[in-house]
Amino acid sequence: MATESTTMRNIYLDHNATTPVHPEVLEAMLPYFSRKFGNASSMHSSGREAKAALEDARAGCARILGCRDSEIVFTSGGTESDNYAVKGAAFANRNRGKHVITSPIEHHAVSVSCEFLEKEGFGVTYLPVDSQGIVDPDQLRKSLRPDTTLVTIMHANNETGVIQDVKELVRIAHEAGALFHTDAVQTTGKIAYSISELGCDLLSISAHKLYGPKGVGLLFIKSGTKIQAWNQGGGHERGRRAGTENVAGIAGLTRALEIAARDMAKETAKLNSLTTRFYERLRECVPDIHINGSLEKRVPNTLNISFKGVEGEAMILSLDMKGISVSSGSACTSGTTQASHVLIAMGLPGELAHGSVRFSFGRSNSEEDIDYVVDIVAQEVQRLRNISPLYTKSGN
Amino acid sequence: MENKSFPYSELVMEHFSNPRNMGEIENASAVGNAGNPNCGDLMRLYLKIEDGIIIDAKFKTFGCGAAIASSSMLTEMLKGKRLEDALKISNQAVADALGGLPPVKIHCSVMAEEALKAAMEDYEKRKNS
Ligand SMILES: Cc1ncc(COP(=O)(O)O)c(C=O)c1O
Ligand SMILES: [Zn+2]
Repeated sequence: MATESTTMRNIYLDHNATTPVHPEVLEAMLPYFSRKFGNASSMHSSGREAKAALEDARAGCARILGCRDSEIVFTSGGTESDNYAVKGAAFANRNRGKHVITSPIEHHAVSVSCEFLEKEGFGVTYLPVDSQGIVDPDQLRKSLRPDTTLVTIMHANNETGVIQDVKELVRIAHEAGALFHTDAVQTTGKIAYSISELGCDLLSISAHKLYGPKGVGLLFIKSGTKIQAWNQGGGHERGRRAGTENVAGIAGLTRALEIAARDMAKETAKLNSLTTRFYERLRECVPDIHINGSLEKRVPNTLNISFKGVEGEAMILSLDMKGISVSSGSACTSGTTQASHVLIAMGLPGELAHGSVRFSFGRSNSEEDIDYVVDIVAQEVQRLRNISPLYTKSGN
Repeated sequence: MENKSFPYSELVMEHFSNPRNMGEIENASAVGNAGNPNCGDLMRLYLKIEDGIIIDAKFKTFGCGAAIASSSMLTEMLKGKRLEDALKISNQAVADALGGLPPVKIHCSVMAEEALKAAMEDYEKRKNS
């Protein structure tokens, strides 16, 4: 193992799971761990210094995201933002109605929150998605009811990278008087958008998906939106989210947003070229592959591919042994193996859904990486297909 | 794998990377299927039996690391065994021989045991027909 690891290349292709902290982000965070360690709630100079940093950060985020400072609530990440938005909005408006609309492809932070609402007596409608992974706005129109208070549909999906037409969905929800939340964890830093353009009432962001630190994020709450605080305690964040603010993390999130905005055009071009090259070369080298989700409406870094006759975990393990980090939506755990709920909702047959692998590219990847990965993937797919009772080469 | 957070033992990974007895047996004495591709795991076990002894065992498996390693280990355990002894091989014995499996992966070794039982039934059926 030792000799192997010295020569083995390590290629990280799991940027939708998390990203490394950008050096400039780290630099922006460091003062707040030691020199400027104050509690933003304290009255003295040290506290005021932290408070100033916090409010500078809030203004910075608001400027980039296209909203007002006062509409940003810092949280511990995407999961908390989603929980807060979904439960907080549903509960705050429950006198008006107890119906929520969502999609079957949401991240667990949203879908489990919706299941919780169901247990609390709310009605939840799950809109279908088509084979490309897209929610049909007409379906939303038909599902809205007078007692619908909240629609929560993600901006881009974490497994496929497929982007929804949030602007149109928001317009439809608003016509019916419902609030709209979108989980923008996978679009923020990857595509340019403005919250005021999207028009949504609630929007979740997590720093660690865009080269910021883990454990920090934000929830945009449009001013005037009725929402119940979920984290209760002191009066932090104007009473909307109790807990001493993670000033270092928030400074990091802000810097990460600034860097993403600054480098967006360059990074998008690079990622588009990497994913295109990867997909084209892979199609030349590996027969019987299936791309999952729309190729056009997707964030530029994500490709979700099924390899006929091969199971996802087996691919992840095989690639990991060669130093390549990817992930799969399927998980063989507890009793039966679960295929990705996202791919199943898109109507993919079970066998293909079990064979899906997510390649999510990022800043560290190069063209040489792509060629190397294609070679290894081709080799490992062939190895696993030889073992598989389900694979006979098409054409044979 | 020295990393404690890694789910599989070194032996599981070894069998996963270099599966033993992978393939099919032409004119097999018995074939057993277990699992279901819709559930993510499918195993096909081939046995060559002579004079009540398993003289060869091969497999093909679609599934996770534990499923492939369990298949490989099972075929190793079967070769040279008398039928009555082979029938005593449990999923736990396969998992133990692999140095243990994570609790959530025990069902993958159960599939190996089921494929063995299915092959034995197939053998009985062929004998009686
Ligand atoms: C779409 C989506 N929403 C929410 C989350 C959760 O974010 P966090 O890891 O910050 O809790 C993730 C990341 O796993 C995600 O991909
Ligand atoms: Zn399994």
